[in-house]
Amino acid sequence: MTALAAERPEPLNARALRRAARHERLGLLALVAPALVLIAVTMLAPVLWLFYLSLLSDGGQWSLEHYQRMWEQPSYWRTFATTFQVSLMTTGICMLIGYPLAYCLSELPKRAANLCMIAVMLPLWTSLLVRTYAWLVLLQRKGLINGWGISLGWWDEPLALVHNLTGTLIGTVHVMLPFLILPLYSCMRAIDRDYLKAAANLGASPARAFWLVFLPLSLPGLVSGAVIVFVLCLGFYITPAVLGGGKVIMVSSRIANDIEVFFNWGAASALGVVLLVLTVAMMVAAQRLMGARGLLGGQETR
Amino acid sequence: MVRNSSLPISMRQVTKKYGQVFALDHVDLDIRSGEFLTLLGPSGSGKTTLLTVLAGFTRPDHGSLKFGDAEMIARPPHKRGVGMVFQNYALFPHMNVADNVGFALRLRGVGRSESAVRVEKALDMVRLGGYGARGIDQLSGGQRQRVALARAMVFEPRIMLMDEPLSALDKQLREHMQIELRQLHDKLGMTTVYVTHDQREALTMSDRIAVVQGGRIMQLDTPRAIYERPAHRFVAEFIGESTFVPVRVAQGQVRLGERTLRAAEHPGADGARLLMLRPERLQLLAAGQPQPEGLNLFGGRLLTQVYQGDSALLQVALEDGTVVWLRQAIHGTGHAAPEPGAAVVLGLSPQDTLLLPAEGAAA
Amino acid sequence: MSFFDWLRRPVTQTQVTRRARLWLYAVAALVMLFLVIPTLIVIPMSFSASQYLEFPPRQWSTRWYESYFASAAWMQATATSLKAAALTTLVATPLGTMAAYGLHASRWRFAGPMQMLLLTPMVVPVILIGIGVFYAYVKLKMVNTLLGLALAHSMLAVPVVMMVVASALKSFDLNQELVARSLGASRARAFLLVTLPQIRFSVVTGGVLAFLTSFDEVIVALFVSGGDHSTLTRNMFNALRDQVDPTIGAISTLIIAVTSLLLIFTQFIGKRDAH
Repeated sequence: MTALAAERPEPLNARALRRAARHERLGLLALVAPALVLIAVTMLAPVLWLFYLSLLSDGGQWSLEHYQRMWEQPSYWRTFATTFQVSLMTTGICMLIGYPLAYCLSELPKRAANLCMIAVMLPLWTSLLVRTYAWLVLLQRKGLINGWGISLGWWDEPLALVHNLTGTLIGTVHVMLPFLILPLYSCMRAIDRDYLKAAANLGASPARAFWLVFLPLSLPGLVSGAVIVFVLCLGFYITPAVLGGGKVIMVSSRIANDIEVFFNWGAASALGVVLLVLTVAMMVAAQRLMGARGLLGGQETR
Repeated sequence: MVRNSSLPISMRQVTKKYGQVFALDHVDLDIRSGEFLTLLGPSGSGKTTLLTVLAGFTRPDHGSLKFGDAEMIARPPHKRGVGMVFQNYALFPHMNVADNVGFALRLRGVGRSESAVRVEKALDMVRLGGYGARGIDQLSGGQRQRVALARAMVFEPRIMLMDEPLSALDKQLREHMQIELRQLHDKLGMTTVYVTHDQREALTMSDRIAVVQGGRIMQLDTPRAIYERPAHRFVAEFIGESTFVPVRVAQGQVRLGERTLRAAEHPGADGARLLMLRPERLQLLAAGQPQPEGLNLFGGRLLTQVYQGDSALLQVALEDGTVVWLRQAIHGTGHAAPEPGAAVVLGLSPQDTLLLPAEGAAA
Repeated sequence: MSFFDWLRRPVTQTQVTRRARLWLYAVAALVMLFLVIPTLIVIPMSFSASQYLEFPPRQWSTRWYESYFASAAWMQATATSLKAAALTTLVATPLGTMAAYGLHASRWRFAGPMQMLLLTPMVVPVILIGIGVFYAYVKLKMVNTLLGLALAHSMLAVPVVMMVVASALKSFDLNQELVARSLGASRARAFLLVTLPQIRFSVVTGGVLAFLTSFDEVIVALFVSGGDHSTLTRNMFNALRDQVDPTIGAISTLIIAVTSLLLIFTQFIGKRDAH
């Protein structure tokens, strides 16, 4: 029989056990160290250095002039407005057209769905430049769409489909759509269709069953995808730079410009800091909204 | 039997705390060499934690663990030389049966031909001789269990640990394997520590049973002693089915209300106690007839009856309102039970009049 | 069963027929086409003999492919990209695998936050990473070096590898490692003999994705590679901003082909991991 013994000052073997536990844990965490060092050195340190740079004036003194300039000059406000505009519109369009597709895919039998998901994933992993080039080919004044439209008599003058907001949106939506569909699909897949059966049994028409049961259950996936898309859009560079043709200036273009053309590290890093803060703020807000679920593919399946 | 085929185990003050909760609470335990000891308890009782401490997968906060004379507490699992069978078998799917069973030998550098011989011997012992070339996915549940067993046995460990190895099998196969496992143990002679929550399994297989709850060992005894002389209400409830009736002990007498009951043993110190009534120890006597001598008698009314094939379970309300269950064996088809509502008399022999500490009292 | 009968069959738990849903199927199909077609358009265009965009091409020719393979600049850029991608794979795959395994097996309280930390390269806007690394490399005189590029790309690829391997480990029964250790294997041997053989396909997939991450990467390469070590993507990007050269179409088609083959390969072997 055991009895509750009083705690002696140095219980049996406690120190040896603690040492062994420490060793084992350190050994395992040592496996993580190389990756951590790589990321700390090549990313964390440079980004922190940028923070530091953003607080230096052009003359090398401590100063908030870069942030002040951002606050005062209207061109910066325009840049942020454009960025938000593109991000919001892209997210909205992706949600609108991505939802039906994700829904249909989630209704397909497993094998067909897997095949279709490959078709969704392929653009994701095909080079961004290739996709951007494809849109250039399609949208240019002398591009395919204008060529067909004119030859079919649908319009006379070539439409300006690129080097403007329209082209930017089309290209960005095309790139971002898989990022929305993936979490949404996996969330929808996990919804037990028995819920809809129960709803019908209780008197709901198919439309009401969808609105009152399916849609709410699919919201976590939708919000997850929307947040990912929005956050990626905020910092998106390539496609808007090419398809926007210098007329749709987003924060990332501005940053690149500040470096490549003006060598203005202070301004560029201040912009970068603001962008990073916005990105993190969005993700934290979304995390709070969605509870403890991870955003990066952390969908709970039943 | 092979000498030196087993080791005794001794644990002292082994403690493991998770936050404020004791998974193991200063456990002292001595397991004899070659013994088959079962750790019995509900989920969360700490029995599995105890087993993993023996295996080396859980490191306690403090305590001592000895196999024979060697202190093992801080030794890593792969240097302990114990065989272990897991609940879900954990067979390696990327190896066939022979490679699974021979894994331990391969790690110890045993040559290929000798290894093949020993693998085949181990498979023979679990009656799977010739199955070496099969893939794991071609085996049934019972066969996998036996491969897991052979894998743990092949290097002739002197201590064997089993974590609910039969819980995934269906009833008939389980009962069959219980007997086989016990026979294997008797043949090989190693010290075996077996974890289960199934009381019948524990009663069937063990030399001794340790009932575990809340990280402590409530009682360590032979199956018979645990069943017939439980030391706590918890143990009594966990093994067998019982009803408990509060009684008082005053000046060496057992008093139920105004009555005095006859007990075969001296009831001990004065105070509140619980009378344990096992369904199969209560006797159903015909009312209004002269009663056998020496029994403690209780009058009551039959509430319901449940037919269970080999026996019937009767629910009886005693005079003071307590509801007790009584099990009556059915010997033949001519069995006639009283009607619900009929007055009945229950008899309890003094030998079966057992007292347990009242709720909340220390051991 | 005729087509119209098939249309009238109910297809959901709420007894909605296919016919009632045709509009939904049409929308979904259109979106699917929207996703897939544009990339595919590039392929036939690259075989057009004309310098101007026309579809379908009036004359077929491989002249753009010839111009690609004949150009020393394009070939050198391709070689650089391939070398950087290979180096990245060699660095990121073991680092990511070890990190995923170390965090999973340690059952540490802070494993979650640590994993988030290691995933930050995926979260931080790439433009920021690009200029940050550029600045650091300028100071360290590592701009326009293959090593510098490979290091930066490895940093971007490690989270990808980690996610793939972590997800494989999640569905792997770690009890098998415990068994192996009870049978006498040290932690390292248990991992090598039992765990790794069963997750190797996921590790390979992680490697392929690391390769693609590096090969397709544009922004960091834009800042950090240049001159002799300019990557294929950097050259393509600059070309896109200037004049649309049909050679890019040929290069794009080749990239599509290689990427698709690699991805289909990972899909195949991915299925074989799950036993």
